[in-house]
Amino acid sequence: MGCADIAIIGGGVVGCAIARELSRYELDVVLLEKEAEVGFGTSKANSGIVHAGFHSDRGTQEARLCVEGNKMFDALCGELAVPFRRNGSLLVTKTRSDMSELERLLSQGIHNGVPGLKILSGQQVLDLEPNLSRDIVGGLYAPTAGVVSPYELTMALAENAQANGVRVITSCEVTGMTFADGGRLKRLKTSRGDIIVRYVINAAGLFGDDIAALAGGGRPFRIIPRKGEEYILDRRVGSLVTRTIFPMPTPNSKGILVIPTADGNIMIGPTAVEVESKYDLGTTRGGFEEIFRATRDLVPSLDARDIIASFAGLRAASDRHSFIIERSPGVRGFINVCGIESPGLTASPAIARMVAGMIGEEMALKPKRSFNPERRLAPRFREMSTAERRRAIARDPAFGRVVCRCELVAEAEVVDAIRRGARTLDGVKFRTRAGMGRCQGGFCTPRVMRILARELGVSMEDLTKRGGASFLVVSKHADAGTAGIYGRDEGDECGAGMGAR
Amino acid sequence: MDVMRVMSVGRAWVRGEHTMDTKKGVVDGPDVAIIGGGPAGLAAAIGACNAGVDPDRVFILERGERLGGILPQCIHHGFGLHRFKEELTGPEYADRFIREVERLGVKVLLNTMVIELGADRRITAVNDSQGLISFRPRAVVLAMGCRERTRAQIRIPGTRPAGVFTAGTAQRLVNIEGYLPGRRAVIIGSGDIGLIMARRLTIEGVEVAGVFEILPYPGGLARNVVQCLEDFGIPLYLSHTVVEIHGRDRVTGVTVARVDSSGDAVPGSESHVECDTVLLSVGLIPENELSRMAGVEIDPLTGGPVVTESFETSVSGIFACGNVLHVNDLVDNVSDEGERAGRQAGLYATGTIGTTAGTPRPRPAVRPGPVPGELAAKHEAALLVARGQGGLSGSNFMRVVCTICPVGCIIEVRRAPAGEVATAPAGDGGGALEIRGNKCKRGATYAIEEFTSPKRTLTTTVRARVATCADVLVPVRTSSPIAKDLILPAARELASVEVRPPVRIGDVIVRDILGSGADVIATASLP
Repeated sequence: MGCADIAIIGGGVVGCAIARELSRYELDVVLLEKEAEVGFGTSKANSGIVHAGFHSDRGTQEARLCVEGNKMFDALCGELAVPFRRNGSLLVTKTRSDMSELERLLSQGIHNGVPGLKILSGQQVLDLEPNLSRDIVGGLYAPTAGVVSPYELTMALAENAQANGVRVITSCEVTGMTFADGGRLKRLKTSRGDIIVRYVINAAGLFGDDIAALAGGGRPFRIIPRKGEEYILDRRVGSLVTRTIFPMPTPNSKGILVIPTADGNIMIGPTAVEVESKYDLGTTRGGFEEIFRATRDLVPSLDARDIIASFAGLRAASDRHSFIIERSPGVRGFINVCGIESPGLTASPAIARMVAGMIGEEMALKPKRSFNPERRLAPRFREMSTAERRRAIARDPAFGRVVCRCELVAEAEVVDAIRRGARTLDGVKFRTRAGMGRCQGGFCTPRVMRILARELGVSMEDLTKRGGASFLVVSKHADAGTAGIYGRDEGDECGAGMGAR
Repeated sequence: MDVMRVMSVGRAWVRGEHTMDTKKGVVDGPDVAIIGGGPAGLAAAIGACNAGVDPDRVFILERGERLGGILPQCIHHGFGLHRFKEELTGPEYADRFIREVERLGVKVLLNTMVIELGADRRITAVNDSQGLISFRPRAVVLAMGCRERTRAQIRIPGTRPAGVFTAGTAQRLVNIEGYLPGRRAVIIGSGDIGLIMARRLTIEGVEVAGVFEILPYPGGLARNVVQCLEDFGIPLYLSHTVVEIHGRDRVTGVTVARVDSSGDAVPGSESHVECDTVLLSVGLIPENELSRMAGVEIDPLTGGPVVTESFETSVSGIFACGNVLHVNDLVDNVSDEGERAGRQAGLYATGTIGTTAGTPRPRPAVRPGPVPGELAAKHEAALLVARGQGGLSGSNFMRVVCTICPVGCIIEVRRAPAGEVATAPAGDGGGALEIRGNKCKRGATYAIEEFTSPKRTLTTTVRARVATCADVLVPVRTSSPIAKDLILPAARELASVEVRPPVRIGDVIVRDILGSGADVIATASLP
């Protein structure tokens, strides 16, 4: 795969934000993602909350990066045409004795530089959110909190980085490293060939400790996956709350929330359970019960029958319990950006800027004249006005072909998503929302598959849900009967990445 | 009457001979607009015409690429027993209505999705040839049907690998798209679609590890339990459910458990079943998003609109029928209801009757569960499957669940000992037979045949060679039932058959398949 100035390992929101930040400069940057598409790890399962910053311990790096990152979101999402809404957050309690803790969070927030924080009475909370429990006695209102689509943000960052010259290589797992005399990193070995690099940024998320260990000298830190289950409700009840509702925080998490997502659904969760495996993405009955009990305590009218989807994600928490953004002590040219748990999504643009600064201390960064910060807006038939819809169909009749009826996604949107880099069913889903609605792809899956096969020039049997061996169908031809669906090589059909080469 | 604005004029958009005057970009809207071209919508169109509406002023708006709704993918037989007194496949049943709609001259807009419906009956729809179209008919018939319940709705814990499908999605993949969902499947829920898919997958060479039903009785019709599971030795586990789905990329297995009377898993009863595919057949939900948009009152019990005796919803001039109203077991009933609702809509549109919205609203006849006799039949059928008692040929006694009609009589057949008076000749050269439990003559005939030489109709698909690279399938069936033992060999024989279009419904594809005396005929046309 030749050589590069900088290799970023990991195409989550942090890696993609760094890639996009570095694409401002005259650098040869490559982003390596082991999954079929960027954002397919922890980022796709993120709650999507842009935190105000009062939760973070007073004066920590995390607090600074969270508040700084929060401020960057309007401009960033504007440039990248990513849905972002400053809907504000309300941390509420039913217990009078919690009011002193609210005061403490308020002063912590003010110290961290969070603007606009306000303690509200129970009645003031109910005036803002009439569907909350009548028993709420007070809350902390944070008007700067927001919600963003975490997968769209990640994909948009990668897309814009790529448009500005970053090579994004997917289905590419880093398997080893070789070093030059003097301990400087020289070469990355990957599942898709070697690459000679000057700097490596380890943004490998859940696998950050494994990548750090490849650099030799043991593990400087350990990643402890912490699972969070989330449940999504039908869009029909999307206006149950308009602000993100937090309970009182616990020592290891911000608690179980009621989140009005950027996509217009209500999402409830997450749990916070440390797990052994970095692949333990199963939802549990206990998780559901915990979430439902906790959120129904705050919003009594929540109805389990409105749940349309559930999933679990793993936070890449570390044994240091804080962001790890530092040069590797053992290897020159190696920067770890790991242990980025909540509020990592919020902090990601600030982290990217910080990492670019660290690179700048080692080499001269020359701004790229041709850098274009803007990403073309993805068409959204659902959100178009009547006049816009008319124009869109006149321009491209594929806007008149509705593929996903629950989310009102047109064929033209699916085609656009594929042209932007979607290679899998989930890739189309995350970019367009086709299959995210109440029927969960029951109707549109065969249609999206047909479009994917047509646009990518592959057969239906080659299509996957999310890369690897997640094949969707097998051939009906009798001769294919014995091969099974697991025997096939992962191949390049998903690995073609985002047209990187 | 409002006019419909044609935004962009592309290729012909109306089936049949009707074209629109598009010179000025405006055309008349319909008197009656029917949303959905499935069995309910097709019957409603016919009903509206019968009420005296000019067929030219009846529109069917269908979001799919063909009429018939779900029927084209329901290639199995068993439709039309009530209405046509014969057993048809889904495509054949649909074809009768489609031909009638075409003969009448009803206007059909395919690939047309209604995206808005107002309380004033204003419809906004979209397709790729006209763009956005909008009109305000005098009457609207809601016939959108239903959707399947999903994994999230029954909250099966576990991972989210590829290979988890609703039964209907899998049915479309197998019967329309021409692909299999996997190689070894577990089916959750014993609804009719799940049972039908168990058989369909088996015929296509997919192993079905079992059907798991949380209730103590099967959800589907007794005939489907017998013909889809028992015939193929597919186990049915009652009072069992899947408590976890495993697999990272693709499903690798499920954990199943027995459930107690309240539906909770019994600790310690868990076991692992390997599979790469999970199909869900766990119920249907009326699809009423448009109804809600128009402010139509929804009955929380049925999930469908509250309607009057004339199928009018709480909004004047908006009628509803079929599965959008309440989920039906039999398409024949959907057609009857559609025809009546369409007729009422037609009478309303012509001004013959006024609105009934707001009058006392009797609940439609919705059964909360199976009636006792039917339940007994289901139980019996399930027990047969559980005990593997099917096909006791050579023995002197057999208990048969009659599958001729949905009543599902339990008929006992006994070879009478010499000297006793028998009620029917055996026809197999053996002793005379005694028949008990049948409520009609056809039942006796069926039971004797089941005892002596069971026969089944094979339904499957054959591949058509067409110019495009995509596979196109033609659904087929045997012209008459063939020996049960010949079903799988005949299906294997048909797997290598390829037809050349044009194919017309009823065309013989294979004559006298495997010497059974039955021909294999096409059940749908392919131009």
